Amino acid sequence: MSYAARFSLSLGRLAAAVFLSLVFTTLLLLVSGAPPLHTFAILFAGGIGSVAKLGQTIAVWIPLVLCSSALLLTFAPGLWNIGIEGQIILGAIFATGFLRPFPAGASPLVLAGALIAGMIGGAFWAYIAGVLRTWGRVHEIFGGLGLNFVALGLTLWLIFGPWRRPGVASMSGTEPLHPSLWLKGIKGFSLSPVSLVLALLAIFLVIYLLRSTRWGLSLKAVGQNPEAALLYGLKPNKRIVEAMALCGALAGLAGALQVVGVYHRLLPAISSNYGYTALLVTMLASFRPNLIPPICFFFAVLNVGSIQLPLQLKLDSSLSGVIQGVLVLSIFLVHGLEERWQLLRRQK
Amino acid sequence: MDFLALTLAGILSAGAPLVLATLGETLTERAGVINLSLDGTILLAAMTAFALAFVSGNPWLGLVGSIAVGMATAAIVVLIGPVLGRSQLAVGFILTLLCRDLAYFLGHPYARQFGPELPVWSIPGIRDLPFIGPILGYQSPVVYLSLGLTVFLWWWLFSTRAGLELRAVGEEPWAAFARGIKVQRLRIMYTLLGGALVGLAGGAFSLAVKPGWGRPQGAEGAGWIALAIVIFGGWHPLRAALGAYLFATLQVLGIYLQEQFPGLPAPLFQVAPFPVMILTLLLVNVGSTGWFQELAFRYPGMKRWLSRWQVTAPAALGQDFRPERET
Repeated sequence: MSYAARFSLSLGRLAAAVFLSLVFTTLLLLVSGAPPLHTFAILFAGGIGSVAKLGQTIAVWIPLVLCSSALLLTFAPGLWNIGIEGQIILGAIFATGFLRPFPAGASPLVLAGALIAGMIGGAFWAYIAGVLRTWGRVHEIFGGLGLNFVALGLTLWLIFGPWRRPGVASMSGTEPLHPSLWLKGIKGFSLSPVSLVLALLAIFLVIYLLRSTRWGLSLKAVGQNPEAALLYGLKPNKRIVEAMALCGALAGLAGALQVVGVYHRLLPAISSNYGYTALLVTMLASFRPNLIPPICFFFAVLNVGSIQLPLQLKLDSSLSGVIQGVLVLSIFLVHGLEERWQLLRRQK
Repeated sequence: MDFLALTLAGILSAGAPLVLATLGETLTERAGVINLSLDGTILLAAMTAFALAFVSGNPWLGLVGSIAVGMATAAIVVLIGPVLGRSQLAVGFILTLLCRDLAYFLGHPYARQFGPELPVWSIPGIRDLPFIGPILGYQSPVVYLSLGLTVFLWWWLFSTRAGLELRAVGEEPWAAFARGIKVQRLRIMYTLLGGALVGLAGGAFSLAVKPGWGRPQGAEGAGWIALAIVIFGGWHPLRAALGAYLFATLQVLGIYLQEQFPGLPAPLFQVAPFPVMILTLLLVNVGSTGWFQELAFRYPGMKRWLSRWQVTAPAALGQDFRPERET
């Protein structure tokens, strides 16, 4: 099939999935008594309606792109890194821990150290899940998911225990960082150019690793046929742990950036479900890197826009998650129906 | 003595939804299909059950609604997964997130409302027995259902023709196919049946064990625990129920500990079962790794101890069966 034909086919699939999701969401809104058109308008105006809101959307886009491209590394050898949520959290914990000895501020070099600490934290958490899988045969879905909850527990323990704010320990998080340890944003936004550059670098790094290195090729071989990969000396277990650790490092970077660039403290909800959302993004993109930035942008618009729903329409903000989930489910359905149809046609 | 009996009664009650969900998933996975959507399905079913009971005033109607939700999500899993040939794990995971968000979205108007609950049944004869009475005499109907179903499914799986066919479909689908068993039809049927039990677990949460609806409801994470218990239980109803009660014990213990340490946030105690989940999975799986078998060769006693825990999954678990592709 030519490139143009393939492109129009995947565009057609996407259009069908978008149509299905639109129908479902409209029905859902009618059932819950909300005006559909008005709700969609609020959703998009909330995400891209002004320059300030666009800034917020890009601030969400950054961790989503970091995590989604990181997940390409674990999907290549066929791994389900659900633990990415916990890897973001560990990145945030390590970054906060690194910056705690500097309550009166420090040089930007320390800030860079915090980002590296975050990457180490994320990689460490992913490494545990990887080793549980290769050494203990605990499937990475369960290992990772369990570790997500442990990471959440660790955060709560730190916020209410050793790292609590003097006076009141509360869900609002740890003591804010000294302003000299904040990643400087563009004026008026909680959006830093450094984060933006790091996110773009991450996606190019992943594309390079998967398309142009021997390591990336062996990852894919492990995913396609583990037995053959073992016979060819590609060391599947080692590749699996490496892919997990690298994915965790990028997720940890996302977590560290949330601390130094967005919230300036450690919060219980520091990961904002970005890891789970990134899993949806990667599946919707059918694991193609070039589709990740636009899908992340669309999902970020929904996430930011949905903040307006409880304020303006008394609807729950989880509508954004519903739309994202339905969209990914629709693409799977369309794909499956298409294949079934081709099969029937061939049998005739 | 009274304290012990009441604690045991609490464990039976807290374990009931877990047992129901675990039995449901055991059925589904015995047929060779993985329904990963449990965590979301349970929440959506819990919300539906509570909302229906709240609107109609009848908790039994709510329970029926929760069954319908469980079957509906199972139908999506089986349609897009085994029937249309997409990844079962992917569909299940998407549904996990989707159903959870859908539950929060649709349940918004019912959050923190006071609604009807299932009645507590008192069983004449049993309730007057010493010690047994306080444990088994006064319980919610979902508790009796979970106990009855455990025994029933054990008998069904291993002592009936239909149970044999169910296991055959999950172990050797091609052999079953050659014997004239309708593999795909049985898989669809048992996925739907399993889904019905998972939905029932949601209803058991919001109408009996953790009554009410909210964000969070309190049933978050239970679906993942249930999925892990299915593995820990070695796809056997009795052992799965035992695993469910083990985790229910942890939960009850958590409540006591929470009273001892009031300064710590409640979510911290809800996290406790998850490290245990990882350890139990390690316990039942580590025996099959190469390095452990080398070790066991040197220390036979270790092997004997661990082999008691070791489990094997249905051989065709998660694999599609599509004979039409071969022609």
